[in-house]
Amino acid sequence: MAKTYKVAFKLNGKDVAAEVEPRELLIYTLREKLAHTGSHIGCETTHCGACTVDVDGMSVKACTVLTVQCDGSQLLTVEGLEQGGVLHALQQAFHEEHGLQCGYCTPGMLTRAYRLLQENPNPTEHDIRYGISGNLCRCTGYQNIVKAVQSAARKLAATAAKAA
Amino acid sequence: MIPAGFDYHAPRTLADAIKLLGDLGPDARLLAGGHSLLPMMKLRFAEPAHLVDLGKIPELRGIAQVGNEIHIGAMTTEHDLLRSALLAEKVPLLVEGTSWIADPQVRYKGTIGGDISHGDPGNDHPALMLALDASFALKGPRGERVVKADGYFLGLYSTLLEPGEILTQIRIPLPAAGTGWSYQKLKRKTGDFATAATAVLLQMKGNSVAKVGIGLTNLAPTALKARAAEDYLVGKAIDERALTEAARLAMSICDPMQDQRGDAAYKTAMCGEMTRRALAAAHARASKS
Repeated sequence: MAKTYKVAFKLNGKDVAAEVEPRELLIYTLREKLAHTGSHIGCETTHCGACTVDVDGMSVKACTVLTVQCDGSQLLTVEGLEQGGVLHALQQAFHEEHGLQCGYCTPGMLTRAYRLLQENPNPTEHDIRYGISGNLCRCTGYQNIVKAVQSAARKLAATAAKAA
Repeated sequence: MIPAGFDYHAPRTLADAIKLLGDLGPDARLLAGGHSLLPMMKLRFAEPAHLVDLGKIPELRGIAQVGNEIHIGAMTTEHDLLRSALLAEKVPLLVEGTSWIADPQVRYKGTIGGDISHGDPGNDHPALMLALDASFALKGPRGERVVKADGYFLGLYSTLLEPGEILTQIRIPLPAAGTGWSYQKLKRKTGDFATAATAVLLQMKGNSVAKVGIGLTNLAPTALKARAAEDYLVGKAIDERALTEAARLAMSICDPMQDQRGDAAYKTAMCGEMTRRALAAAHARASKS
């Protein structure tokens, strides 16, 4: 039996831990050990972005990160976007703008768009298309995804202005 | 898509990493951003017994001006390069080149040092480093040596880096004020390697070329310095005739592999086109005084 390590990190604000072999990929730990199946496995070759999660403020493809690399990290997955039964502005906007059809890419799109808006709250259409270019969608042709991110950006800006 | 088993080490200092690498011997591989190595391990093209993760060593990250050079820690990510105000001002060629690498998620993890050390001719930093006339600091159990990018890339996945050594820093001489730049990369889609790409750094004096650096990506088993094209251009005006001859000289050293991106003749022709475009774009940006 290969040597295993206990890895602890914060997942959507909660402390979690898992016992893993060094070769275990983060996406498997999330889905199979921590019962967070929101992040999907699409290509498993770093291309499609369906497994995108947020680790320490970076959008990463969880099929290309070892769980042992995440010890002590802060993780956000699609399950962490909704708060107290209220959808995140991005989730609401994807719903309203029809930013998905089959929905397979959506968890990755949402977590990636979340980080994009954190870094750039007022993105141009080009910024959005460039910023989500690591996430493939085979249904929408991207147009409604771009609209959804634009709509969410406007709503978040309005909310921030109201709070200020 | 699960890598073969290995043991994992995460040293906190460079000294510890060098010692570990020496103790573990040839079965150990360095893990930088992991976006070349981990995919290779998942495909079982690589099966190291040990991974030494450089990701927890703060001294290997950062971008700073030191005298007449920009120093970049080898573990600085592509994302960090793109967001650096210092680089945008002083070495915009590096920022433009980096913006063409892979996709956002890969750029959060991928590092400049990993891209250079991997020795993959499809990687973009080697040609950028050749155009910028960069040097690399290599540290090992016997101390540090500094080597030029020109001469560093020996062949497919082969560089001057010796077993037991770690590339710790990239050093770029500050381009003179008014220097023009361009990275022209033809690729089929986001995330793909270049079909052909050319990096140009161009300094003019009046209407003639004072100094030019030209690097080529994915057109041979290593990145290439287009030396004959550089030598030809010095003292010339950038006009149609010069562009054609420089492109011809760049194409004459290409030896690309045929693959799904095209055959050797097509890739070589695209090298000519990327070289023309990069020279013209750099010329448009260069100060002519």
